[in-house]
Order: sequence, then structure tokens, then C-alpha cells
Amino acid sequence: MPSPCHNALARIGMTPQPAIHVAAIRKTYGATVAIDDVSFDVSPGEIFGLIGPNGAGKTTTMECVEGLRTPDRGAISVLGLDPSRDTRRLQQRIGVQLQEAQLQKRIKVREAVAFWASLYRNAVDGVDGDRLIEQLGLSDKREAWFMTLSGGQKQRLFIALALINDPELVFLDELTTGLDPQARRAIWDLVRGIRQRGKTVFLTTHLMEEAERLCDRVAIIDHGRIVDVGRPAELVQRHCPERTVTVATEDATAPERFREIPQVQSVSAQGVHVTIRGRGDDLVTQVIQCLAEHRIRAIDFRAELPTLEDVFLKLTGHVIRD
Amino acid sequence: MLRGLWRLTWLEIKIFVREPLGVIGTVGVPVLIYAVFGRLIGSRGRSDVPRFVSADLPIFAALLIAVSAVLSLVTIIAIYREAGILKRLRATPLRPNTILSAHVLVKLLFTAATFVVMLLAGRRYVPLGAGGAAVPLGSFTLALLFSTLSILSLGFVIASIVPTARFAQPIGTLVLYPMLGLSGLFVPVGALPPMLRLVARALPFTYAVALLKGIWHGEGWSAHVGDVAVLTLMFLVSAAVSAKVFRWE
Repeated sequence: MPSPCHNALARIGMTPQPAIHVAAIRKTYGATVAIDDVSFDVSPGEIFGLIGPNGAGKTTTMECVEGLRTPDRGAISVLGLDPSRDTRRLQQRIGVQLQEAQLQKRIKVREAVAFWASLYRNAVDGVDGDRLIEQLGLSDKREAWFMTLSGGQKQRLFIALALINDPELVFLDELTTGLDPQARRAIWDLVRGIRQRGKTVFLTTHLMEEAERLCDRVAIIDHGRIVDVGRPAELVQRHCPERTVTVATEDATAPERFREIPQVQSVSAQGVHVTIRGRGDDLVTQVIQCLAEHRIRAIDFRAELPTLEDVFLKLTGHVIRD
Repeated sequence: MLRGLWRLTWLEIKIFVREPLGVIGTVGVPVLIYAVFGRLIGSRGRSDVPRFVSADLPIFAALLIAVSAVLSLVTIIAIYREAGILKRLRATPLRPNTILSAHVLVKLLFTAATFVVMLLAGRRYVPLGAGGAAVPLGSFTLALLFSTLSILSLGFVIASIVPTARFAQPIGTLVLYPMLGLSGLFVPVGALPPMLRLVARALPFTYAVALLKGIWHGEGWSAHVGDVAVLTLMFLVSAAVSAKVFRWE
């Protein structure tokens, strides 16, 4: 959900300056084209996800935006600054979590937070640093060495470090990769909390479920090119309007009745299970109405909505690999 | 960003001493070996001991400490790069030079500390005054640090080219120990075959040995302006080369 401020501006017909503006950037490593013609905008206050399989160019794109790499071509503006020219000024205003980065094995959680705080002009002070550690559930790990932390704890520490300068914009690269589902959910809550504090979040993920649950908008990237950008529901609507409803019933007339529904495209029966395929959001309602009208007794009823996973398959012709 | 440099240096010192093997290896072992060797051969002037061992044992030991500091630096940088620690630090307002300088400072500090502890531990067997005149210890430590700095910058060139952390130690060893062999400590540079003599003249160790020997035996810095100049030049060249080829990830 975009921030209240963003909504207010949108209502009076003003588009706020995007937090990130990327225009047709390209980056090659030797003969390999990592990304090409990548463009997108990230609005203030939203969680924006760059999604795609490993090796699609997510990290390269993100590191160009962070100012860690310079694109060969194209333009980037972040909070009104050029990340490769104003790197230092930008670094004070953004928070960064890098994919698969580590810290020194024997650095203590408390030391890392204090050291990072010392590097920024508007860093949270000691007391707030403690609160940050507490908010991220690391209080009992304050004196622990980095190497002794679990995967989830390490990622929470990295979030703490990314938030240490109270940044306007936070970059999270494959934040939950390798975490168990429980730790993943906890991290999602933390990211939503960052948005709640009015900050913009730019993240990458190859987990479609994560994108769907967490992101206000996503850009799908494959083989270094942006395939489409939009709200997850919008993308599903646009590319996968098909709906599937499966009804289990012993009523032999059921398939005939379902075929009479206007939106229905196909009906197939397998034993007691009747699978109805059609288009449009109304399909589920129509099937329920049909069941009621003809007094068809259903033993089971299941509606399947397409997901971003399906959108990805449709757009790229291959499944996203974990 | 001087404040960041001190803070990072202090942090890296604390982190370094938390690894018991690292401290034993860099400080404990040299001190122990020096004491043992000193006791065996030190001041007795035995004729079956090569001259460089009896006369130049402290210089030999000092250079070994310097080499081990360089090896340790090469390894640490390689590990930090492989684990993404360098990249993470570079994504902060810290300047790249600050990150690397902190490691140099840590190494110089441990080099000085190890050397002083070593001399103190062995002073019963290897007297600090040769023929009545006291060795200028402060001057010598300064010369050692200066030499180490020049060799450390060479270490950064090595650290730039080692492919992975696993290769850091072996490659560093392969490059550094032969350099030590040609340094003039074991065989005078003048006595080397012409080709090797040329190689020796291109290596920082040769000038480090000349400087250290001179200072240890009571010569002034003014007698070694040339050595200092060459070591400075080598430091600048190595620093410039590694600034070009250094890989952060």
C-alpha cells in the first residue's frame, strides 16, 4: 500500500517525484550482457520488488541503483541524485543489505551496530541502537559473535545495519533466501514495518510467494530485460485472466449445467471431480449461483486463482527455479 | 575519515585477538622460536653456526615477522573478499582506502609488538648491545615498520591477484620466501649470479635487509637514504598498481 502522503498527492492529481527512476540502463561483463534496456520507477513509500530467477540480472540492477556499479548506458536517479556521481551523499540517505554478504566472523552484534552507527551523520544514537537491536529480536545476542548467529538472525542484523542511518530508501537483496518459512514470515513483518515508518523499500526476490505477499508493485525481469511492471493482482489479471473452479459432486447433470454459464470455456469431469475453466473475476460467483439454482449437491469446492508464478510462466515460457 | 579509520582498526584488532590460533601464530611462535634459537646459538660465537645466524639473527627474525604479517594480510583480504565483507564495508560511507589502511595498521601494530616482545624474551641469549654499543631499538623498530609497509603494499598486489582465499596462503608463500632468499641476508647480493642479482635489486626485501642491517649495527639513517628512497618508491608503485587491479569482490 502506498503511503498516505503518496495517496493524498495522487488524489489531487500530482505524481510525487519517484524515489528511484531507472531509464534504459545496460550493463555488460565482457561479452555477457547482464541487463539491457531496464527501466522502471519506484514511488515513495511503496515496497517495490524486482522479481525473476537467479541470474536474471536482479542484483546487477540493484547494485547499479545503489551506486556500487556504473551502468554502461542509461540513466539512474535515486532520491534526486545520480548514484555513480553522488555516491557518498546518497549513501548517507539509503540503507543497504547485500546478497550473501557476511561480516567478520568474530564481530559482536553490539560492535557491528555501534561501528555502523559511527559511520553515518544522522545515525541513531546508542539508546536507539539498543532499541533497534531489540526491535529486531537480537537483544539476547548482543554479545554474540556473527559466526554464531543463525541465518535468520544474521539477516535481522543486516536489516538493523541497513536501518542504522534512518534511511529514506532501503535496499534488500534476496533477503529471505535460505531461511525456513517461519523466519521468512518474521522478516516479512519487519519489512512491512519499514514501510509503515514511511520509508521506501526496493527488494529483489526469486520467490513469487514473497513478491505476492509483500510487494505493492513488482517488475518481472528475465534474461536481463524487464518483461512487465505492475501490482501483483494487476499482472495476474492482465496475463492470466483464467480462473479454475473444481467441484466434487455425484450429480451427473452438473457438467451440463456448468457449460451453460457464459464465462465458462471448458468443463471436464474426472470421477466425481468436475473442473471448470473460464475467464473473469465473476466465474466463482457464477458457479456458486449455478450450484444453488440447480440444487446441485457439492461435496467439495475449490477455486484456484492464478499467481505470479503463473504470470511468470506465461510471460517467459519457463518456470522460475528455486 | 580519520575517525572511521581508528574505529575500524580498533575493531579489527579486537577481532584478530579473538582467534587464538592467529595470535599464537603471529606473536607466540616467533617469540618462542627466537628464544629457543637464541639460547642454542646466541652469544656463544660457535664457529659451526653460519655467520648470518649468529650476527644477524634479530634481523632474520624481524623479516620473518614482516613476511608472516604480509601473508596474514593477503589471507585476511582474500577471506574478506570471498565472504563479501569487503563489499559490505564498501557500501558504507567508509572510503575504500580506509578499509584497507585499517588492515595495514593492524599488521604494523602486531609486527612492532611481536618484535619488541621477541627481543625482550631473547635478550638473555642475544644481547641487545653488540660490542658494548647499545642497539638503537627505537630506530630499528621504525626501520622494520617502514620495511614492512613497503612489503605489505606488495602484499596488496598479491591479494589483488589470488583467485580465492584457499590459494592466498600458498601463493603468498611461494612469492615471498624466494624474495627473502635473495634479499642478501643469506648470501650477499654481490655474490649472486648476475641474473639473480638483477632480480634481487628489483625486490623490496633487498633494501629492507640493507636498511635493517645498517641500523642494527649502529649506522645512521643518513647512510641509508638510498634504501629508504627505493622502499618508498616501491611502496608508491605497489600502491598504485593495487589501486588499479584490486578486486573488491
